[in-house]
Amino acid sequence: MSGAGAREAVFPTRMNLNIMQGRLKAATTGHSLLSRKRDALTTRFRGILRKVDEAKRKMGRVMQLASFSLAEVTYAAGGDIAYLVQEQAKTATFKVKAKQENVSGVMLPAFDAVREGSTDFNLTGLGRGGQQIQKAREVYAKALETLVELASLQTAFTILDEVIRTTNRRVNAIEHVIMPKLDNTIKYILSELDEMDREEFFRLKKVQGKKKRDAEAAELVKQQLAAERADIPEEDTETEEEHALDLLAEKDADVIF
Amino acid sequence: MEALFFNVDSGFLEAIVRGYRAGLLTTGQYHNLTQCDTLEDFRMQLSQTDYGNFLANEPTPITTSTIHAKATQVLVDQFNYLRSNAVEPLSTFLEYMTYAYMIDNVILLITGTLHERDTHELLERCHPLGVFDTMPALCVATNVEELYHSVLVETPLAPYFRDCLSASDLDDLNIELIRNTLYKAYLEDFHKFCSTLPDPTPEVMHQILAFEADRRTLNITINSFHSSLTKDQRARLFPSIGRLFPEGNNALARADDLEGVKNACEYIAQYRAFFDTAASQSNGNAPGMEDTDAALTRLENAFFAHEVHLNKLSFLQQFQYGVFYSFVKLKEQEIRSLTWIAECIAQEAKDRVGDFVSIW
Repeated sequence: MSGAGAREAVFPTRMNLNIMQGRLKAATTGHSLLSRKRDALTTRFRGILRKVDEAKRKMGRVMQLASFSLAEVTYAAGGDIAYLVQEQAKTATFKVKAKQENVSGVMLPAFDAVREGSTDFNLTGLGRGGQQIQKAREVYAKALETLVELASLQTAFTILDEVIRTTNRRVNAIEHVIMPKLDNTIKYILSELDEMDREEFFRLKKVQGKKKRDAEAAELVKQQLAAERADIPEEDTETEEEHALDLLAEKDADVIF
Repeated sequence: MEALFFNVDSGFLEAIVRGYRAGLLTTGQYHNLTQCDTLEDFRMQLSQTDYGNFLANEPTPITTSTIHAKATQVLVDQFNYLRSNAVEPLSTFLEYMTYAYMIDNVILLITGTLHERDTHELLERCHPLGVFDTMPALCVATNVEELYHSVLVETPLAPYFRDCLSASDLDDLNIELIRNTLYKAYLEDFHKFCSTLPDPTPEVMHQILAFEADRRTLNITINSFHSSLTKDQRARLFPSIGRLFPEGNNALARADDLEGVKNACEYIAQYRAFFDTAASQSNGNAPGMEDTDAALTRLENAFFAHEVHLNKLSFLQQFQYGVFYSFVKLKEQEIRSLTWIAECIAQEAKDRVGDFVSIW
């Protein structure tokens, strides 16, 4: 039966059939669009995943270098330079700018590291270890850049993951719920309409059969009358003929087919 | 004549300091230390040396900074013992030695006070060798003028401040310039003081201080290449003692790059050798920025090595005060080396672990 799957609660009319067909078409288009979006996002996602992996490994290396260069500073400059550096830093030389990037309609935040050359503490360690301090500063700035890059990738990763999941849910919903439902509804409407057609046809046949039977009965009666009249005088035949004509005319008006 | 009476006043302390010197780590011990895989092993190895159980009471995940702090504490204890037993003029000599650390501390306090930091935090960060009684008084000052006066009144560094700086300088001069100006004055003063001492001392100390001055001069020159320091300012920071003074200093004041520095040092064979070793090792690689860095690192190491060499020489002479100075410097170098090895172990950078200066 056509009512086996879930279907919309609609009356099986031709108008509803048209509406349903329209909706099915829209759903198919939507499905293909969404699945294309999903594919695009997934490709992007895989790319980001690879980059995140790379960035994490790189960060490990860079951070190691950075902390080692700090050890070099301690060796060369001897003692606590952190405090002096802290006090002499006046403006931020390393800034992060956030911007948005559009991937298939998804806004991904991207962070850009902006470095400004600054001479805030380039005299630190003037007497000894200055070169090491500058080097450590460079290395740490690079480590920070990697961190910023990683942060931007990681954020994109989380957001994309979320969006892909939503899109996937939608695609699946359309594919497995909405489209079968619409299909079912259309099938149901069509079958109901066919059923109604067949009923109508059957009814008409019935009516026709009845009429035919009635006509035959009437003919029989007429023949009997005619047989009776054969014994009665001739003049009657004229009227009989008139009557027959009349009957034909009458019947014409009634017959549908 | 001096040798006759030296032992009356300072014989005991000289003996003590030579005993301390025997406790400095040897190459073999350094070798054992570099073989360690964890800081735990490191501690074990150290406990077999003269350091004994200095790390015994530390909670187990020991950090390199703890090692550094504890080792420094050992040095400070030894130094304080020497100082409390010293009589004139040795006590003044030891006093002079602490001035270098005092300069660092005072600079730290000035920076902190100008930025209104917490006093106790500042005092904790001070080098223990440079602590003097009236140090906390410096933190009371609220503005530059007051600070300047309290520095003049409260610290033994007053003469250096008075001669080199005015109150307004504290405010607008870069703190590093102040530090180096003070250090220059200190070196010159220390040198002058040493010349007044009886004979073998000035001879030994002159060598060491001259090298210290030259090293500062060279470092300041190299470090100021890409900074906001003008050549005039740079020239004013050069100490007027040392083997580079005066022609070398003048040349350095005009130098624009490493080549200029090298040319300025041409006249002195030993200094030229630093640049030669630094250059010859980097010849194999393509020239570039990385290369200059590496060369400078080696230069720094060459300075350290030479300093150790000079300090070792001072132990060859008897009846003089140079040993005290040399011992402290050698001990400092040893602490630096220990920290370096510990750092290398902690960060698993075993390929660089040999980059320290072994003393004996």
